[in-house]
Amino acid sequence: MNPGRKPRVAGGAAPAVGGAAASRKPGLAVVGAQVSRDEELFGRAFDRWVIARFLAHLAPYRARIALAVIAVLFFVATQLMVPLIIRRAIDDALTAGDGTRVILVVIMGVFFGVVVVNYVSMFLLESVVGRIAGHLLFDLRRAMYAHLQVVSLGFMDQTEVGRLMSRLQGDVYALQEFLESSIFAIGDLVLLVGIISVLLVLDVRLASLTLAVLPVLIVVRMVWLPMARRAFLHARETSSAVNAALAENVHGIRAIQELGREGVNLDLFEEMAADNRNAHLRASRFANILIPVVDLLTGCAMAIVVIIGGRLVLDSSLEIGVMVAFLFYVQRFFDPIRSLSIQYSIMQRAMAAGQRIFEVLDVDVEVRDRRDAIELDRSNGAVEFADVTFGYVEDQPVLKDVSFRVKDGETVALVGPTGSGKTSAMALIHRFYDVWEGSVRVGGHDVRHVTQESLGRHVAMVLQDPYLFTGTVFENIRYNRIGASRHVVAEAARAVGAHDFIMNLPKGYETLLDQGAATLSLGERQLLSFARALVADAPILVLDEATANVDSYTELKIQQALARLLEGRTALVIAHRLTTIRGADRIIVLQDGCIIEEGPHGDLMASGGLYSMLYRMNYASFDDIGDTGDLISTVEGT
Amino acid sequence: MSGSPGARSIDVQENTYMTSDRTRTGRRIDIEFDGRYNIDVSRVDAGVLWRITAMAFRNRWRMALGIVAALTAGFFQLFVPQFLGRAVDEAQGLLGTETSRELAGEALLTTAMLLIATSVLRGLFAMVQNYQGESVGQIIGYDLRMAYYRQLQILSLSWHDRVHSGELMTRGILDIEGVRLWVDTGILRCVLLSTLVVGGAILLVRIDLVLGLLALGFVPVIAVMASGARLRLRDAWLALQEELSQLTKVMEENLGGIRVVRAFASATYELTRYDTIAARALALSHRRIALFVRSSTRMTFIFLAAMGLVLWVGGEKAMAGEITLGQLAECLAFMAILQMPVRQIGWMINSVARASSCGGRLFNVLDLEPSVADQQGAGPLEVREGLLRFEQVDFAYPASTRDKRTLSNIDFEVGPGRTLGIVGPPGSGKSTIGQLVGRYYDVMAGRITIDGVDIRSVTLASLRRQVSIVPQQPFLFTAGIDHNVAYGDPWAGRAAIEHSAATAQLHNYIRKLPTGYSTLVGERGVSLSGGQRQRLSIARGVLPDSAVIVFDDSTAAVDAATEQRIHHALHDLTRERAVIIIAHRLRSLLHADEIIFLEEGRIVERGCHEELLTLNGRYRALWDLQASGGGAQS
Repeated sequence: MNPGRKPRVAGGAAPAVGGAAASRKPGLAVVGAQVSRDEELFGRAFDRWVIARFLAHLAPYRARIALAVIAVLFFVATQLMVPLIIRRAIDDALTAGDGTRVILVVIMGVFFGVVVVNYVSMFLLESVVGRIAGHLLFDLRRAMYAHLQVVSLGFMDQTEVGRLMSRLQGDVYALQEFLESSIFAIGDLVLLVGIISVLLVLDVRLASLTLAVLPVLIVVRMVWLPMARRAFLHARETSSAVNAALAENVHGIRAIQELGREGVNLDLFEEMAADNRNAHLRASRFANILIPVVDLLTGCAMAIVVIIGGRLVLDSSLEIGVMVAFLFYVQRFFDPIRSLSIQYSIMQRAMAAGQRIFEVLDVDVEVRDRRDAIELDRSNGAVEFADVTFGYVEDQPVLKDVSFRVKDGETVALVGPTGSGKTSAMALIHRFYDVWEGSVRVGGHDVRHVTQESLGRHVAMVLQDPYLFTGTVFENIRYNRIGASRHVVAEAARAVGAHDFIMNLPKGYETLLDQGAATLSLGERQLLSFARALVADAPILVLDEATANVDSYTELKIQQALARLLEGRTALVIAHRLTTIRGADRIIVLQDGCIIEEGPHGDLMASGGLYSMLYRMNYASFDDIGDTGDLISTVEGT
Repeated sequence: MSGSPGARSIDVQENTYMTSDRTRTGRRIDIEFDGRYNIDVSRVDAGVLWRITAMAFRNRWRMALGIVAALTAGFFQLFVPQFLGRAVDEAQGLLGTETSRELAGEALLTTAMLLIATSVLRGLFAMVQNYQGESVGQIIGYDLRMAYYRQLQILSLSWHDRVHSGELMTRGILDIEGVRLWVDTGILRCVLLSTLVVGGAILLVRIDLVLGLLALGFVPVIAVMASGARLRLRDAWLALQEELSQLTKVMEENLGGIRVVRAFASATYELTRYDTIAARALALSHRRIALFVRSSTRMTFIFLAAMGLVLWVGGEKAMAGEITLGQLAECLAFMAILQMPVRQIGWMINSVARASSCGGRLFNVLDLEPSVADQQGAGPLEVREGLLRFEQVDFAYPASTRDKRTLSNIDFEVGPGRTLGIVGPPGSGKSTIGQLVGRYYDVMAGRITIDGVDIRSVTLASLRRQVSIVPQQPFLFTAGIDHNVAYGDPWAGRAAIEHSAATAQLHNYIRKLPTGYSTLVGERGVSLSGGQRQRLSIARGVLPDSAVIVFDDSTAAVDAATEQRIHHALHDLTRERAVIIIAHRLRSLLHADEIIFLEEGRIVERGCHEELLTLNGRYRALWDLQASGGGAQS
């Protein structure tokens, strides 16, 4: 009995209800995934290796990038020219006395010329950069995606889909943003240098005084940036924490309602949301504090121009137009500095993202076609394991010296507790991995000597969990046999007994399956995956029977479908159900990576080994006995 | 409604923020909600915008401060060009032809000081404006987030079943963000921009009518262009997002089902699928860039051209002596100041459109009334004995279009220490009974009572605390095993947690894990086998001290021997509780005091195991089927 049994009056048990008890915080309660994210870390701002790799991907766009850089130079030049033209207009026309109307017209002509050049260069610049960045994004993503199709399954097993997706999405965006902003950053840099040079050329005295505010701003930003960045980072972290908690509330709502966790979770979420709000407000304070500072500096720079420049004008040692030009330049002064310091964060992010992307691209492809690989032909459906030793981690073989042979057309059941190596053996037939020692032969050939493509057509696999893709029922059954007609698909569905329930779906074969076909029952999904294997029509079938228990009615249907699926094929079945096992021609019992028994049902029962023990103990499934080690040892002891 | 203090504090906000603002959308009950949001994203819904704005103005003082700051910042910003112009005139000595150079110098000094002062003041007020805007935005974001979170908690499961989880996440992240951004920067920016344009117009027109009109002429042109372009860009963006989400789905499913992909050697097929969608997405992305570039370059062109005209006409006028050089400089400087905010008009239009569609979608959910809720004046359930009764219960799922009842005329009683077994073919309504006990749906006719009290007359929270449902497929939270076991009672002590785990035959397994009970499970944790997950579900279900426990096929993946031991361990625990076991495997029900056999929602056979066998009916047939091995029994 639970210690400290509480009174059965509702509200007494969970303090979330009573007002007085609300201060008692539950020790074990959390909301949201309790794993810190390491993906958000900033990298160095400049990583030569990443840049080099990145440049390689840019190579196809070399000419266009050069065009963009030229355009950026023109664009900046036109921006620099506008105040200069105003100056000329003032000094050469407006204040030069009579007869200068012609000059004004000429100057205006130049001005409109500059406007046109500005338009063209900006148009070129932005379209070229935008398009290259778009291409780059899809290039990188495709390269990664294509690579993931061929890297070893071991890597895929160890890597969460979510993590890969964040590389395929967030990280490529970071690089896209980097490319876009770098070209504009070049523009900013040129603009800054341009403004400074123009000012110096216009008037050295005034320029050097005005430019004195620049270092002040740079120092202010240098002090500000690290603090602000921490605040921004923290704000982002709290946002992702809040989102994770929200995701939990969406996906786990059934459990939350069933277990009455609403109150506790809401309190916890409130804390997180308040944290998030406060972190964002803090970040906002940091972002806004710079506004008056920059305005103060701009004001000072303008004041310097007014006082010093004004005096120089009064002394007639400076033309009034120059002073006006100065005033215009000063107002644009800080823009490039601002965007350049944003550029720094973008670069840091891009380097970290690049590292992660190229890491994926560098994952070894362990299983490749040999240059002289041959195409398997359909004639032979035999499978042979010859002294196969294999494992995932060095010195920890999962299969030890396993040998067996399956004749063409034979059905063999693989039986054994969890971790005995059944699934690995199946994976080797399909050459998901390469063996350490020995060889796996399919259709008389070592699997390493045939093309993976032809092996894939030769061996059909049905996995334990029926996996369906978003798409219609028809597309799911047909899958990659795009030549298969509606007739073939319907035939396959009929053969496995799926046709009737498909026709009962709202749009029959055209019904869209979404979210892993959650609307279908497990049994129905199983039947669809059988139909898919039937359409694939391979001489060898490898089937991992689903462990999940379905009701007896569905079970019966699946058994019938299975019988139809195995017809006329060589079949290796990882069996969990006694019916399936008894229906096999031969049974192989695996334990700890070794074959301990082999033979037809009758023989094994007669021999009185592990198989007969398990069979007699009425095991629902041969799979879950891994946990009950004590039981196995009892069996072994007898 | 659920009665926790946290919920109550939100209730208050709900009342102030949500209820009184229900102007247009009106309330709907969640069962009427079809899970689709037919919101026209290109149409701006004034009702929604009004409601958002009203929410913002609940933060009266912050908004007032923000508006005053925006007005003041605009006011001071208007002075900058004036002072610049004045400085030019002073320097040129036009205004002081009679005065000495000394006086001109002093005037310059004054102007310079005024420039610094106005700049600083502008900066300070702009800072206050931005900060207040963001504060209000964040406060509203927080309120909406809490309201949304809470709303998801109280909406009925039948609603959750029908709505795509991705939709709900989008709503909770992007839509709240869309609303927040409009409040954050949109409203106050409108104030600032209006101040600048109106104030500037007055100032410029006073200098010279023609010049003033020329200098301001670009504002409406660019405003119209920017708005049109933004809306087009938004459409392009939505289309691109649509395509990209397709791409995401393809990639995600490919990687999630990589074993299927490899098993069918279909890398080529998958890459073709990817390429087709990627090509479409790239084309859309190019289109979007083209739209953007076209509008932004045109706007720059128009601005510069207008500047040229002002310079030209102003130059002529200055030469003719109609205006001073300083006044011309003032016009030009003013144009430079106005350029950025005018370009942002497009951005603002976009954020209005976005806030309208995001807010619409959000309010759609927030305005839903849960179909199952506490009745007025409902008190907590007080369990004296723990006797559960179904009295002529009829039930049909709200969404079912067919006029078919899921359950008809269900009658049974199960008291503490007793066990009721429920069997029947798939779809016969077995699980529905469990759902009705926890009042996840309301019955259509008849009633369900606990100790004679109709469960609709007590609070949901107290009822559900007394009803534990052990589902077939438990949701694992990404957290430690201990946290998962104690999910329904986070105050549980270590001993209680271990005791529950031991009852579910999971303790030995957990103990052997390197990190024991703190081992992480769930999405990012260790993967548990189907049987282990079910046993965790059982441990979780038996931990809270509830009066009724419903095992919904929760031992299906557990092997027979372990199931026997679980059953044995449960014996103690269930002495004082009413137990309902829903099962496929008849062997799990051998010890039940009563078994009901359901078919199409009706009880067709009932009795204990032996009685049912002698009936020679459906139960008998199923038993024989399972005994023959069809159901993994021998």
